[in-house]
Amino acid sequence: MNPKSDLPQGTLDLLILKVVALGPVHGYAIAQRLEQVSQHVVQVPQGSLYPALHRLENRGLLSADWKETETGREAKFYRLTGKGRAQLETEAASWERLTGAVALILKLSEGGAE
Amino acid sequence: MNWWQRLLRRNEMEEKLEKEMRFHLDEHANALIAGGVSPAEAQRRARMALGGPEKVKEECRDARGTRWLEDFWQDFRYAMRMLRQRPGFAAVAILTLALGIGASTVMFTVVNGVLLRPLPYPQPDKLVAVHGHSDGWKTELFGEQNVAYPDFLDCQRDSRTLTLAGSLFDGGTVSGAGLPEYVDLREITSNLFSVLGVNLAQGRAFLPEEDRTGAAPVMILGYSFWQRHFAGRLDVLGASLSLDDKLYTVVGIAPSGFRLRDSEPDVMTPLGQDSAQFLQMRGAHPIGVVARLQPGATLAAAQAELRLIGQHLAEQYKDTNADRSFVAQPLRPDVGDIGSTLWLLLGAVGLVLLIACTNVASLLLARAISRERELAMRVALGAGRGRLVRQCLTESAVLGLSGGVLAVALAAFGFQPFVALWPGALPRVEQVQLDWRVLLFALIVSLLSSFFFGLAPALRAPVQKLEQVLRGGGRGLAGSSRRLHSSFVVSELALAVVLLVSAGLLGRTLLHLSSLNPGMNVRNVLVTRMALSPATLADPAKTRAAWKDVLERARRVPGVQSVATVDTFPMREGDNEQGYWTSADVPPTNKLPFALLTCVSPDYLKVMGISLRGGRFFDDRDVPEATPVIVIDEVLAQNAFGTEDPVGKRLWIPEMRYASNVFEIIGVVGHVRHWGLAGDDQAKIRAQIYYPLSQLPDSLMHRWSQLMSIAVRTEIPPLGEVASLRSELKGAAGDQVLYEVRTMEQLVSDSLARQRFLLLMFGIFAGLALVLACIGIYGVLAYLTGQRVPEIGIRMALGARPNSVLWLVLRQSLGMIVVGLALGTAAALVAGRVLLRFVEGMQPTDLSAFAVTIPVLVFAALFASFLPARRASRVDPVIALRQD
Repeated sequence: MNPKSDLPQGTLDLLILKVVALGPVHGYAIAQRLEQVSQHVVQVPQGSLYPALHRLENRGLLSADWKETETGREAKFYRLTGKGRAQLETEAASWERLTGAVALILKLSEGGAE
Repeated sequence: MNWWQRLLRRNEMEEKLEKEMRFHLDEHANALIAGGVSPAEAQRRARMALGGPEKVKEECRDARGTRWLEDFWQDFRYAMRMLRQRPGFAAVAILTLALGIGASTVMFTVVNGVLLRPLPYPQPDKLVAVHGHSDGWKTELFGEQNVAYPDFLDCQRDSRTLTLAGSLFDGGTVSGAGLPEYVDLREITSNLFSVLGVNLAQGRAFLPEEDRTGAAPVMILGYSFWQRHFAGRLDVLGASLSLDDKLYTVVGIAPSGFRLRDSEPDVMTPLGQDSAQFLQMRGAHPIGVVARLQPGATLAAAQAELRLIGQHLAEQYKDTNADRSFVAQPLRPDVGDIGSTLWLLLGAVGLVLLIACTNVASLLLARAISRERELAMRVALGAGRGRLVRQCLTESAVLGLSGGVLAVALAAFGFQPFVALWPGALPRVEQVQLDWRVLLFALIVSLLSSFFFGLAPALRAPVQKLEQVLRGGGRGLAGSSRRLHSSFVVSELALAVVLLVSAGLLGRTLLHLSSLNPGMNVRNVLVTRMALSPATLADPAKTRAAWKDVLERARRVPGVQSVATVDTFPMREGDNEQGYWTSADVPPTNKLPFALLTCVSPDYLKVMGISLRGGRFFDDRDVPEATPVIVIDEVLAQNAFGTEDPVGKRLWIPEMRYASNVFEIIGVVGHVRHWGLAGDDQAKIRAQIYYPLSQLPDSLMHRWSQLMSIAVRTEIPPLGEVASLRSELKGAAGDQVLYEVRTMEQLVSDSLARQRFLLLMFGIFAGLALVLACIGIYGVLAYLTGQRVPEIGIRMALGARPNSVLWLVLRQSLGMIVVGLALGTAAALVAGRVLLRFVEGMQPTDLSAFAVTIPVLVFAALFASFLPARRASRVDPVIALRQD
């Protein structure tokens, strides 16, 4: 069995926004960061990362410009816009509410079985 | 980036996308190499992880949300490429469309200018026309009723919702600037220009204090009059001009194109200065009234207020204003009955456009079928059906819009000659120009046409039996298009039948109308209006003497056979219509039968060549002291007396205002087609009454003499007599003027101008339709026959004779022709009814119109199909069979 989990629907955007919120970052680094931070639990589907980035940019949640990396290559760096920050906050809050509720329900069912 | 930036910088976007992907792959590979993987393996794994760069890129493009636009751009460039590759096809299609759309645009430009454009005044929706209203007035007979001057002044003073202005038609002789000239004079209130919102070109409008009796005489010149007589010189301002022997100071020049009640006045004077007696009476209704709604006032409020004022006046002045009231309506340009002609022509031109579209549709369809493999390939590579339809429609839109651009160019040059061709003066002609409405029309028509002719080919985009198409080449599905192609030919033929038969019907109508007897001998008759000098008009006895003198002097001119005075003559505007009754107990006016009244001198019958049917015409016996007499025409005799002899009987004509309104009938004459050759049969008032100028009372002499014309029968072509008549009849002071000189032949011919013009237009459209339909038939048959070459080859290899092959193809086209004719005939019957409804004197549909036009169409269609048929019959079976 694959020890890595697939991302639930719609959470990729939230994760991207969170990672980008830490500072300007390019696509490859976002993929790396997500895998590292989640301790390789979260499988980042690289194929859907870029369409997601372009979609978020198109919606005005991210902005992008071309800068040099430490290695001297030009890369596209994404940054969070004001609108993106607001979106991140609401989505993070609703995610926490949802997971909290799910956790409560799971506890309840364990208690009931004992 | 905006969507258009994205579109324009599409290559830059693509480059950046590529760069981003490569950066990702390189970083990933470098990381793997650092971990000890071989470079080649690292690259492979990186690509695997990303999941195919092309697919990712495509998803990124989708994510931009401007995909449809990029597709459109791509389709557009593809369409341009396809058209460039086939310049012949593109040229034929675009020209055909330009012709169809261009003709429609020209027609619409005229319809727009004449019927649709608002009046050229600021805030035209605030302008209203105020009419008189009374129960006895028959609007359908006489048109809208004007307003009495005292009533107008009361309304103007009392209304809180409207600012009213008035004008009065008049005429007069201006002298002092070259020859004396009879001018179109309007007397206007001082506020007329400000109510309309029009600024004068030069000088000023009348002042309120000039708009009353006794004020210094001032005048405003019409722009054309100013140009004609003073070549636009400014020193005319402040100069004096003589109008009817009275000196007026010119204070202003009206702007170019200024129209008042739909014609441009030559000269305007203040209405309030006119002391004529009829302007003091509430019983005479000469004032045309326009008004502007006060800010905040509504039309409904104005109407209510006018009703109230009307009621008030009715109570106050019982004898003149009982049952009288006023109505306000939005001010509209009066263009007469021209609308029906214009809409008819627009409809006809629409049929031509339909044929043009059908032609292009069949061309496109043939091409779509030959491109079937290409389209099938695209489907096989993953293009959706919607995407293909969109691409096909983009191609047709490119065609349609190219045609539309060319059409607007055609229309820009084409509407001038069209307007020049228009019989007589096209009302509001100065409003006919290309404006945004015309451009919008051309755009919409182009797009609708594109959709219409592009849809069939687009829907044929293959989605099923791909394999068959790809394997079989273009030929596999050709059979299924045959029905569609045939239906194109059938509809083209049907449309052409409609136009041809309509033209045939109009031609027959014109022939019929031209052969009608106008009721008089119109050859060598000159009719001209004549103005006596104001000094003469002031005295009835002098006026009588002057007319007698004019007749005698005219008779002396060499080449003149006979001459008469007449107030209203046939086929010209201006009538006197009155109710009559055969006994003393006359019912109210609105229950009376009506007749046309004409005031003439004794020789009128001789001049006009009208036949005397019974009794006598007027002569020297009919002096004022003798029994008041009239002569009636055979229509009135029939209507009023049936088979009885009317001579010696009496008629009561309540509005005659002399001889106690009772008249003895002394003669019956033939009916004259007063309303023109075309219009007379359907005219509402046909009966005619003549009465002698010699018995006209002094009280009416002045007004009648202002309207008088003389009619002259000549021995030579009548226009040759004008100069000698003019010099012979000139008054001692050079103040008697002939104006509006016409011949009766011109007037008769003009009375058919509308029908002739419609025939010309329908003839042109029908010719165009015939040519387009033949091109269509030729194209379709050539294509279908081309598709059948292998089959024909087999037939010939099996022993078919060339003639039977020829027949095979012709039979196919005959089938289409027969169906097209059948449908077209049905449609033409409907078109005939439409023409019958809208064209005066139109003859009902009959066989002859079909008999003349259908053979032309059949012959042309067979000729067009003969060429492909003959080519088919000469197919070499060996080559045909090898073709596969």
